[in-house]
Amino acid sequence: MTGYYAFMLIATALVLMMTVPALALFYGGMSRSKSVLNMIMMSFISAAIVGILYVAVGWSMGFGGDGTFFAKPFELFWLDGVTTDTYIGVMFQMTFAIITAALISGAVADRMKFSAWMLFVPIWSIIVYFPMAHMVFSCTDDSLICGRIGAQDYAGGTAVHINAGVAALVLAIFLGKRVGWPRDKMRPHNLTLTMLGAGMLWLGWYGFNVGSIVFADGVYSDEQFLSETGRTFANTTLATMAAILGWLLVERLLHGKVTSLGAASGVVAGLVAITPACGAVDIEGAVAIGAIAGAVCAWAVGLKFKFGLDDSLDVVGVHLVGGIVGTVLIGVFSTSEGAGGIDGLLYGGGLGSLGDQVLGVLVAVTYSGVLTTVIALAIKFTLGLRIDEDAEVGGIDLAEHGESAYDLHSGSISGGATGVLAAHTSPLAKEEV
Amino acid sequence: MKLVTAVIKPHKWEDVREALETFGVTGMTVSEVSGYGRQKGHTEVYRGAEYDIALVPKIRIEIVVDDNDTDDVVGIVVKTAQTGRIGDGKVWVSPVDTVIRVRTGDKDEAAL
Repeated sequence: MTGYYAFMLIATALVLMMTVPALALFYGGMSRSKSVLNMIMMSFISAAIVGILYVAVGWSMGFGGDGTFFAKPFELFWLDGVTTDTYIGVMFQMTFAIITAALISGAVADRMKFSAWMLFVPIWSIIVYFPMAHMVFSCTDDSLICGRIGAQDYAGGTAVHINAGVAALVLAIFLGKRVGWPRDKMRPHNLTLTMLGAGMLWLGWYGFNVGSIVFADGVYSDEQFLSETGRTFANTTLATMAAILGWLLVERLLHGKVTSLGAASGVVAGLVAITPACGAVDIEGAVAIGAIAGAVCAWAVGLKFKFGLDDSLDVVGVHLVGGIVGTVLIGVFSTSEGAGGIDGLLYGGGLGSLGDQVLGVLVAVTYSGVLTTVIALAIKFTLGLRIDEDAEVGGIDLAEHGESAYDLHSGSISGGATGVLAAHTSPLAKEEV
Repeated sequence: MKLVTAVIKPHKWEDVREALETFGVTGMTVSEVSGYGRQKGHTEVYRGAEYDIALVPKIRIEIVVDDNDTDDVVGIVVKTAQTGRIGDGKVWVSPVDTVIRVRTGDKDEAAL
């Protein structure tokens, strides 16, 4: 199985690339030009902090033995007693921990103190992510979501996407709206970056989903390895394609136009939804899950305006909603030929599997929601979560990092540096003069 | 007739435009400008090298108004653009001799 190990090395690098730079660019392009560096930095710093924290306690909390919520935090402290032939497994799981924390940053654009983010990330990883990774990926007999409930989650629909989506929801609530939102729609400043980031995320996601075979079931024959990776690869691909179409269809019906941001968002929504399901379903199931996720998420991202919740880059609408769609639909579309060996509702499996999936979602939502709330409140009343209004209006890049992303007109006295007139300058504007 | 010129914080422009429209101002000239008052600029650092950015971005609004409306328009701009913090800007009023609407040749009040 040397090919399998070679593949895991590449898969691990691919998943790290999903955060640095894919997610950073995807989110960065969607932010405003005065906030793009801060948005990118939130991903980079997550990699640095969570990565080191992972080898210290993350691996041990996730895979250092049995436990309902987490394993033994100090059993494998600093990888004590872990042999180097296990390192690639450690590194692979580490990249998951990194991107989960980084995903949350999309909800806090323009306004979160960088110091508060640097504090939130490690605390949240220890209290929320590392245990959730144990509950889902470790799959010991006692582990809550995989072991006890028996919910299927191939690559992290619950532990990564629902978890990050709920945390994003909580942070957006406690941070509050950005100055001027929602009257000012705060449009993305560079959609080409966003498209590039989305494409790189898609590439990286093969490492994420297909690479998750490692922890599924121990030792494989060549045939088993080939058929399972073939399944997860094909499902990941087809669901994503279907989700692009699903998102664009809903967008066309609701707003009359088919947009590039819609296509990029469809890519991510489809990938999120197929993440838990890629091992369990067949290709028809993958297309169905992708199409449903694309359509549902395209509708869901509009809800934040209804609720007055400034989830700036739609982490809730894409990751929480997409994660729930994919995780629950396993109970409908899974086949006994898949990795879990369970027939879903559509294949005569009855409601049992669907119930387990729903329960798994509820546990993930509750665990993440309650504990993230505690962490957010603790930071809010000590360090404070938010930069002051002047700093936010002037731009968080300048206030928190002392930099600006673009220098497009050095030498000119004024090059339209404020950007606020752009929305009101249209060659088609009819004026009564 | 008077020319009211206001230099304000960029994020206040929407509020000011709305308030002036509600009052009945039908047109204005708006430009993105840079300058400095007591606020001065800020410093950026790239790999240890410091760059002093002396100019602060602002929005300049110019409106020609009837004498009777001058105080109201100035009042609206000041009230709406005020945050009470440094860098809120300035408003000044200058006399205007003649205004002509290019399309029709209308003069002065008729051209407003």
